[in-house]
Amino acid sequence: MHVEVRGLNKKFGDFQAVRDVEFAIGKGQLIGLLGPSGGGKTSILRMLAGLEKPDSGDILFHGRRVNDLPPQERGIGFVFQNYALFKHMTVADNIAFGLQVKKWPKPKIKERIAELVELTGLAGFEKRFPHQLSGGQRQRVAFARALAPEPQLLLLDEPFAAIDAKIRHELRSWLREMIDRLGITSIFVTHDQDEAIEVADEIMIISKGKVEQKGTPWEIYKNPQTPFVASFIGESTVIEDIASLKGFEAAASWPGTKGLIRPEYIEVGKENEFILLSATEAGRVSHVHFRGSEWLVEVQVGEIKLVTYRSLEKKVLQPGEEVRVLVHRAYLFNDNDNWVMENKLKEDPLPVHI
Amino acid sequence: MTNMLQNRWWSWGFRSAILLYFILLIVFPIIGIYGQSLTNGWAALVDNLTEPIAWKSVLLTAKLALFATIINILIGTMAGWVLIRYRFPGRSLLNSMVDLPFALPTAVVGLMMLLLLGPRSEVGHWADSLGFTILFHEPAIVVAMVFVTFPFVIRAVQPLLEEMDASEEEAAYTLGASRAKTFFRVILPAMVPGIMSGAMLAFSRALAEFGAVVLVAGNIPGRTLVASVYIYGQIESDNPAGAAAVSVLLLTFSFLVLWLVSYVQSRRTGR
Repeated sequence: MHVEVRGLNKKFGDFQAVRDVEFAIGKGQLIGLLGPSGGGKTSILRMLAGLEKPDSGDILFHGRRVNDLPPQERGIGFVFQNYALFKHMTVADNIAFGLQVKKWPKPKIKERIAELVELTGLAGFEKRFPHQLSGGQRQRVAFARALAPEPQLLLLDEPFAAIDAKIRHELRSWLREMIDRLGITSIFVTHDQDEAIEVADEIMIISKGKVEQKGTPWEIYKNPQTPFVASFIGESTVIEDIASLKGFEAAASWPGTKGLIRPEYIEVGKENEFILLSATEAGRVSHVHFRGSEWLVEVQVGEIKLVTYRSLEKKVLQPGEEVRVLVHRAYLFNDNDNWVMENKLKEDPLPVHI
Repeated sequence: MTNMLQNRWWSWGFRSAILLYFILLIVFPIIGIYGQSLTNGWAALVDNLTEPIAWKSVLLTAKLALFATIINILIGTMAGWVLIRYRFPGRSLLNSMVDLPFALPTAVVGLMMLLLLGPRSEVGHWADSLGFTILFHEPAIVVAMVFVTFPFVIRAVQPLLEEMDASEEEAAYTLGASRAKTFFRVILPAMVPGIMSGAMLAFSRALAEFGAVVLVAGNIPGRTLVASVYIYGQIESDNPAGAAAVSVLLLTFSFLVLWLVSYVQSRRTGR
């Protein structure tokens, strides 16, 4: 289903939950609404489902305005954060509910249940009640129940929030695969950037009720269009006085400009590890943390504290050790503008500063 | 404190104390009644029960208690629903007034009913003009029973409604179910356990009601004499075996209801 939203606004009392939201989603896409909690993601999802009425703006499915349609008539499937399974019904009855309501003939319902149970890997659990299932299984039942009446749009509200980390990982790739196979347009809400990056075709970053940026995960990572997006996606350190860093002196020509540096933009090591030594700063290791697959190194460069990773293959650094630090690039922003600046000294094969 | 509670001797002591308490207060009296009813042998028990006034009183009580319970199921469920789901001025006052029937002495309730339903009252007058009398007839007993057992169903249904997740309802809507269908297929089934247990308590309590009923029933043997009043009469006329026989019948009846309801509930939830 093609989904379009124009000028959507929603207030709860004095709180503006959603402001002037606009987007369009193509058929068969899997979209992640990503943002901090309380940012309006769920409100947008609920308005798409018809569970909440927008104050202003239009919601169009297939180019047809659906604002005044109740949730019953929107042809959507909704997976709730807490699954909202009917506790007094078995797995099969839960899945059958939407079909019985739509007065499908009995043999067809049976067939559809068998199909969905197979698809969601719940075979053998049809007679169980929700309280007899694990979190992951409940999530699959909720998914099967939402898909049963063959909706054209699937909405998922924090679908993995209540599941422990290991199973969450499995379920994510399972969901991705399932939605690819069914080709159903889907929108899911999450506050977990890894989840959004891993699962979604496109991400919409939402903060304070506004869409900050929409794009593929890679685009958003590479070209964040607002400081909020830059700081929200990936890890980063914001540096007030970016012009004091070697190679970024040019930033001084824009007063009030700050820099945002990701750990992966920085290299840290002993002098012999760098070819372009002239582009590096002197620094002192302040902390070293083991992170399972790499070292997280905190370095003090003058007044600035930087955070970066270091491969486990390289020589282990000790706190207090003198090191060289190379900053490859920084994301600069001020009140009017934002752009990415590469380290000028790195580009110059014969640096003037020696 | 926890150390003390974990201690083997303390735990043994607590368990024994509870057990003893249970035996002294519940098991002994019940055994005593069954024993009392059999003091003159089985034949006497059967005699006491086949006495028409005795079995008619039990039958009448059961019938009227059933009526009262059905009324309470309907009104109580609705009242519980309204008090939880609707917001209106005076709601919290109304909610706290639900418990009033528990707090009032039942004899006072009886007197209230007497004044409310009597021939000189508006209600009595109105009923008269329609061609039937309430007071000293079966309707008065049912009204008294309903009043006294009013809180049970409401108080059993309310927590279930409060706990119920709004998203379950919303899920039903997104699956295409209308409001009515959602109520009957999603909300009501979730309320049934509360309705059942509330109704069971209301029924047992209605079976046993004395104070409120004795003043309004008229106590005509075979017609408006309920079991509890019959038992009282038997004791007054120095026939403890007759009183015990009817008590045993009532007790057995209550136990059966209790067992039946828990059996039905355990089958429903599949636990």
